[in-house]
Amino acid sequence: MRRFFAGRLAQAVIVVFLVTTITFLLVHLAPGDPISVALDKPGVTEAVRQQWREAFGLDRPLGEQYLRWLGNAARGELGWSFSFRRPVRDVIADALPRTLLLVGLSMVFSFALGIVVAVLQTERPGGRRDRWFGRILLLLYSVPDFWLALVVLLLFAYRLPIFPPSGIVAPVVHDYMSFSGRLIDRLLHLVLPVTTLTLLATAAISRHQRSALAEVMPSDWMRTAIAKGVSHRRAVRRHALRNALLPSITLAGLYLPALAAGALFVEKVYSWPGMGLLAANAIVARDYPLITASVLITSIAVALGALLADVAAAAADPRIRVS
Amino acid sequence: MNPSAALASILGPRRTLSRLLHDSRTRIALVVLLIVALSAVFAPLLAPYDPTVQLDIVRLPSQPPSFAHPLGTDPYSRDVLSRLLYGGRISLAVGLGAVLLAMSFGIAIGAVAGFIGGAVDAVLMRFVDAALSIPRLLVLILVASLWGSLGLVPLTLLMAGTGWFAVSRLVRAETLALREREFIVAARALGASPMRILVRHVLPNVAAPALVAAALGIANVILLEAGLSYLGIGVRPPTASWGAIIQDGAERVSDLWWLTLFPGLAILVTVFACNALGDALRDAFDPRQLPRGNDPTFAAEA
Amino acid sequence: MTTPLLELENLHTYFYTDTGVARAVDGVSFAVGVGETVGVVGESGCGKSVTALSILRLVRPPGRIEAGSVMRFEGKDLMALDEEAMQHIRGNRIAMVFQEPMTALNPVFTIGDQIGEVARVHAGMNKRQALAKAVEMLKLVGIPAPEQRAGEYPHQLSGGMRQRVVIAMALVMNPALVIADEPTTALDVTIQAQILELLADLTRRLGTSVLLITHDLGVVAENCTRVIVMYAGEVVEEAATSDLFARAHHPYTEGLLGAMPRVGGEKDRLATIPGTVPPPTNWPKGCRFRDRCPYSWERCESEHPPLYQIGGGHTSRCHLAEEPERRQHPHPPLAAQRGATAA
Repeated sequence: MRRFFAGRLAQAVIVVFLVTTITFLLVHLAPGDPISVALDKPGVTEAVRQQWREAFGLDRPLGEQYLRWLGNAARGELGWSFSFRRPVRDVIADALPRTLLLVGLSMVFSFALGIVVAVLQTERPGGRRDRWFGRILLLLYSVPDFWLALVVLLLFAYRLPIFPPSGIVAPVVHDYMSFSGRLIDRLLHLVLPVTTLTLLATAAISRHQRSALAEVMPSDWMRTAIAKGVSHRRAVRRHALRNALLPSITLAGLYLPALAAGALFVEKVYSWPGMGLLAANAIVARDYPLITASVLITSIAVALGALLADVAAAAADPRIRVS
Repeated sequence: MNPSAALASILGPRRTLSRLLHDSRTRIALVVLLIVALSAVFAPLLAPYDPTVQLDIVRLPSQPPSFAHPLGTDPYSRDVLSRLLYGGRISLAVGLGAVLLAMSFGIAIGAVAGFIGGAVDAVLMRFVDAALSIPRLLVLILVASLWGSLGLVPLTLLMAGTGWFAVSRLVRAETLALREREFIVAARALGASPMRILVRHVLPNVAAPALVAAALGIANVILLEAGLSYLGIGVRPPTASWGAIIQDGAERVSDLWWLTLFPGLAILVTVFACNALGDALRDAFDPRQLPRGNDPTFAAEA
Repeated sequence: MTTPLLELENLHTYFYTDTGVARAVDGVSFAVGVGETVGVVGESGCGKSVTALSILRLVRPPGRIEAGSVMRFEGKDLMALDEEAMQHIRGNRIAMVFQEPMTALNPVFTIGDQIGEVARVHAGMNKRQALAKAVEMLKLVGIPAPEQRAGEYPHQLSGGMRQRVVIAMALVMNPALVIADEPTTALDVTIQAQILELLADLTRRLGTSVLLITHDLGVVAENCTRVIVMYAGEVVEEAATSDLFARAHHPYTEGLLGAMPRVGGEKDRLATIPGTVPPPTNWPKGCRFRDRCPYSWERCESEHPPLYQIGGGHTSRCHLAEEPERRQHPHPPLAAQRGATAA
């Protein structure tokens, strides 16, 4: 167990190191540098830009810049956001919890939903229910994230104005609401983004869960369970599911990148001010420090999530836990 | 090798092919893909207008669907149907091109890792492990936004460069497994080159999972390309691409619904067809499926 | 004779594969009496395991028990029961001990949980009662420190221990019949005897009938009152154990006996049966053993032998029953001749 954990931790460290290096290299390989973009205004002379470059150390050798950047990143110094006119760290500190809320809720819902659907499919494999669920899931799996968000927005915020279309709270009036009013306001704003993200995630999770179940169904111990007089339904829900859930916990980690990507689009469509919207806006504003920091933070969060998922999966498996 | 033997070596026994062709998903997917491909290829003949020309910026912007413009016009008074037809070219070109390239990279690198082994293998596979856990979209966003919007070729290269990891793992695993087998040892003793072993022994064995991965990979690339275009960092405007059409109307989705609906459906249908084909291929190659419902033991819950 | 506990009549179990219909069990009939231990022997692929699975209707697609097969157990027609009634029989009236104790137990549940589940399903016990029952069963099968063991997972137990757990699981409801499918094949030789002794001892005490499936005639000799020899999906010989060992009639049984090592016997003359079992998708028309038989003649090619009565409950599916003089003129079997010309 400890060995496994150490190996997995080393892998996560490699991932983070690789991401930081790639990010750094890409930023410096790109045409132009942050200064020329940020100060790309009439009236700013090349001499002024050169001064700024020296001030930010952009004239130093690449290796030195890399080490300094690495050191800064390790200390949480992520630079200055030109578009927000605030330190990148502060901007991200505001946005990150909102994304974690969105992704966390969607993850919980989509796993619950995905497992239920997969079990319902596996109880009568090849049956009508299995086939129809399969088709619907494949359709959901094929839908572009941002398009589903747009369609849901169009239907349930504009055509049928049930839910608020954007933001995390109602503008202006939120501050004048009672406590319960504010709570309801927050929940209402969560409905569309969470629903969209949950639907997107459920498609992938349920497909994986069904094949994980299909994989364990021919096991000898499934035959033993049936031979004991356990009903087919109980055998699937108890014996097969418990085994098939183990790979799913790991899957939760593997699925995080896709969820992060989905969150980016969902946040942009619903103007949910989290990491995704931050990145999308930073792209438009060509705010390089913010873009690189968002990519970096998201990648690290994903690597950590995968690490946690693997450790959790190991802890849940008696063959690894008890030995 | 004659063509039918080549086909058989990829698809395995004829039963695999027959299972594939009897799968309703295969037929639906092939019909859809044929329609999409034909309309993309013949876009210049089918499109009523030039997809990039602003027809009449004063009188024709943001028109809902009509006889003259069956799918309406965008805020720049361009014909959406024409843009949709041309947009299919981008999606298919990037999807096919990127996946073909990614397969080649993946096979090459997997074979190198598998044949050389040792430190080279360890380094390559650690890199692949790490790369697989980095969100692909984020890398794409980073590169695309740093370079501004990309041309068609750089975009395809970028998609290929971020899509080969899984295939390389597959090829490497198969190469390692084969290296242990006696007939390969014998083949090497007889002086067969690694290239020959790769082509004769490794590739036929990974063809099935690689084909499945390719079908699903095309779907994924089409989705990613649309996503980048929606974020405004896809192929350079005013080139028509499905994601870009949606982006042109996204800020006013409640008014300009046709700009979201039609290209979105085009993406959905194309991606669905690729995914359905991938699923059908996987099931055809791997018939070890769940029991079907006619068994007394497993038809219990009627 | 009183009504037997289990009666199979004309059991056909076919597998519908890509390469054709495999007639794995092709018209098997036999009976098991109350308190009796019956052995079923044969090489792998002869259909004995599929027969065992068919009795509990555990055959999975593409396998199917064909219409017309009759299985009577305690007066009930097993083929006519609905799934719920069948569940009531499985693990309760008929229990099964599988070949592979490594894979027969679910890796993510404790063994106490898995043994107790039988009691929960059939006796409606709650979790605590079921665990107590499991501990009691573990004690019964001779597992030391049963309270502690009940909380452990299968991977923490040795192969022999696991097979004891599987036996404990089978005996929870004190079933009328235990089907043991090669219960010791996967175990160390030293453990095999212990497990068989345990199974024999417990079933004798509880008065349980046993259908013991094995490829090892030595196991049969020590445990069974009666033996059924299967070959190519059919019963080819059936006799009381002593009778079979003294007067084996079918050439296949002779071959099996010849292949069995005997203590103090002529070790160097350990015979093997040349050739292999024909593919179940394509059984030969006449006698299915013909190619491997040292006595076969023209009749064996054209005429499928019925089960001949030899007397005293001894039956054999061999034309030698009608033409015994042919036993005096053995010849190299066709399979051996073919092998010789090929070599």
